[in-house]
Amino acid sequence: MKAKGEYLLEALNIVKVFGTLRANDDVTLKVKPGEIHAFLGENGAGKSTLVKMIYGALQPTAGEFRWMGEKIVVPNPAAARKLGIGMVFQHFSLFEALTVAENIALAMPGPFDLGVLSEKIARVSKDYGLPLEPTATVADLSVGERQRIEIVRCLLQEPKLLIMDEPTAVLTPQEADQLFKVLARLAGEGCAVIYISHRLEEVKRLCHSATILRHGKVVAHVDPTKETAASLAKLMVGGDIHVVHTPRKVTDGKVRLKLDALSLHADGPFAVELKNISLDVKAGEVVAIAGVAGNGQGELFDAISGERHTKAGMLVMDGKPSGNEGVSARRRLGGAFVPEERLGHGAVPGFKLSDNIVLTRHASDTDVVKSGFLQKNGAANVSERVIKDFDVRKGKPDPEARALSGGNLQKFVVGRELDRKPGILVVNQPTWGVDAGAAATIRQALVDLSRKGSAVLVISQDLDEIFEIADRIAVISRGQMSEAFPASQMTAEKIGLLMAGEHEVHTHAA
Amino acid sequence: MDLLLTLVSIIMTAATPLLLAALGETVTERAGVLNLGVEGMMIMGAVAGFAGAALSGNPFVGVVTAILAGMAMALLFGFLTLTLLANQVATGLALTLLGLGLSALIGESFVGQPGIKLPSWAGIDPLVPFSFAMVAAVSWFLFRSKGGLIVRAVGVSHASAHALGYNVVGVRYLAVLFGGAMAGLGGGYLSLFYTPQWVENMSAGRGWIALALVVFASWLPLRVLAGAYLFGTISILSFVLQAAGVGIPSQFLSSLPYLGTILALVVISGNKALTRRNTPANLGQAFVPDR
Repeated sequence: MKAKGEYLLEALNIVKVFGTLRANDDVTLKVKPGEIHAFLGENGAGKSTLVKMIYGALQPTAGEFRWMGEKIVVPNPAAARKLGIGMVFQHFSLFEALTVAENIALAMPGPFDLGVLSEKIARVSKDYGLPLEPTATVADLSVGERQRIEIVRCLLQEPKLLIMDEPTAVLTPQEADQLFKVLARLAGEGCAVIYISHRLEEVKRLCHSATILRHGKVVAHVDPTKETAASLAKLMVGGDIHVVHTPRKVTDGKVRLKLDALSLHADGPFAVELKNISLDVKAGEVVAIAGVAGNGQGELFDAISGERHTKAGMLVMDGKPSGNEGVSARRRLGGAFVPEERLGHGAVPGFKLSDNIVLTRHASDTDVVKSGFLQKNGAANVSERVIKDFDVRKGKPDPEARALSGGNLQKFVVGRELDRKPGILVVNQPTWGVDAGAAATIRQALVDLSRKGSAVLVISQDLDEIFEIADRIAVISRGQMSEAFPASQMTAEKIGLLMAGEHEVHTHAA
Repeated sequence: MDLLLTLVSIIMTAATPLLLAALGETVTERAGVLNLGVEGMMIMGAVAGFAGAALSGNPFVGVVTAILAGMAMALLFGFLTLTLLANQVATGLALTLLGLGLSALIGESFVGQPGIKLPSWAGIDPLVPFSFAMVAAVSWFLFRSKGGLIVRAVGVSHASAHALGYNVVGVRYLAVLFGGAMAGLGGGYLSLFYTPQWVENMSAGRGWIALALVVFASWLPLRVLAGAYLFGTISILSFVLQAAGVGIPSQFLSSLPYLGTILALVVISGNKALTRRNTPANLGQAFVPDR
């Protein structure tokens, strides 16, 4: 196979310009057959941009690609697949209403025969230990199962290069282990893998070499087995990362937020029903809810924030039953809520930052709205304070929310609530898509708030984050929640079992 | 026996234009495009069909001109919504208004002229078997062929289809054009067989019923067929009742087919799992590929 040179794929001096942004600036990446090559960098460093160009979804502004030593142009994903390049996307490119076999058929060239294809899927998925039912509808499958579809889809095309964009972000630890086995086997068979991940421990464990990107430029090429997670992180960020300082919590404060057998019906065909969720969050502590995406986190957040109502007694805030109160009433009780989706849910994209301040404070702060009238100066003052305290970087004094980068907007929407010094703070995915430096700032602020006597509830899929800041950890799975265990008693393995629905078994046995 | 045969052929005549238009819209919506201009495409088909037949003396020329008129309207809709990314709902409504006005203008000189009727055998014209064949063909295409799978894929997630390298806008153009051809044909049927003459606004809301049929039939061709025939049956029934002089206001009887069809379809569309599987999730959403 190695006709010319030892590399399977070479991306040489690639430049990609979007408007004024140089997303890739002279990036060179070389991958050998049978190698698992980590591609590291912070959000926005340009990793996804490069792999999209390799997969033909984007075209480079300058530079060239070589495939087995030959210069190539990849005009579209179909051409990439023909060469033997497969890609598993970060946000899955699946069709929810179609079956597994139909989804895979859409990516396969040649004659169309679902029967033959289903047999092939069954064979390959069994062979690699990735169980899949070809006739199942994707909408009914878990996130891990969906990823299997994408992987099997690639495997069926017998790829020479497999690109994986943050594959483990959505998996339980056990599912991730299974994935590593598959990847190691593929590498053993001579398939190269480009592996994008934020999780440096798994990169150390799995990958043979690593290319590190910062602000669109390659800053290092290292052997990850000879590095530490900290040294890799330092290369990615270009400096030391703030280590979150978690002082010992005040023992047993009073209960400020209480969920009492909270149940909520599913409000749509793809929604999750919440079943009998109970939890106490006390003053002075951070409680985290772990879980794989789509297990009811969004619904639970909506029920706590007041976007959906329950029976009054199912949610108690500082002793007051509030399950049937609206969002504003809950804010007046000292609640503050940061939803997962910052643009569109947490902030109005076309509004200025100061106007976005008004949106969550109009009912609770008289310096923002007084007797029904907007206090423009008051809102602007708050906005400036948040921008200063949380180091929100922006192009002009009071920009529209959409003009901010994801990380800066996240700092702003979290900061907007923290600035009120709420008694009860509920955050869904506080640092999703935020680079390491900003994430540390946000996490520290959450811990600090709790130590001043507030109750902080964090819903997160990021186990590292949870272990970093949580005093107690509960796990949500299919709309049911485990009890909250002290963080010192939890391990990634135990959380993984709970994510897979282990506590349901216990409940039935009891 | 004769009466029964006549009744059946009348029911078929009432159901066929609806069935044709609704089948076309089913394919259009499966690809994720909501074209509310069915009424406008039908009425243009009706006037073009009448004109084609009258000017050439051959009703089959009328069939072809009806199809072409529907496609021309659909092309306009496609250009506005798929290329210029105009709002599909507003554009569809405007298309209906345009069709109603334009057809009245074109048809002015044909008012009162006798039309040329399609030939028929035992009261059954060639478009009836054709419409049945189209039900089978559309079913086969959507659920048994790769082309149909691509159409459905584009309708449920245009972003994913694009990521796989499919030409979303191209597929949607074809689906919209097919919808236009079928709606034009359904309209032509009205002026070439149902009542072979040109009357302003002769589609009389059938385009809207066709639209409702598609949704309540969960975008399934066989259910569209059932819905269209139910509509045909109730409309004939209400004629019979009116003729028999039953003491029910005629306005109520005329609204009965619309009411009955919608009620029946609401009841069948109660199957949530089936609706979920068949709803094109991206219906009515404009597709803009990222950079």
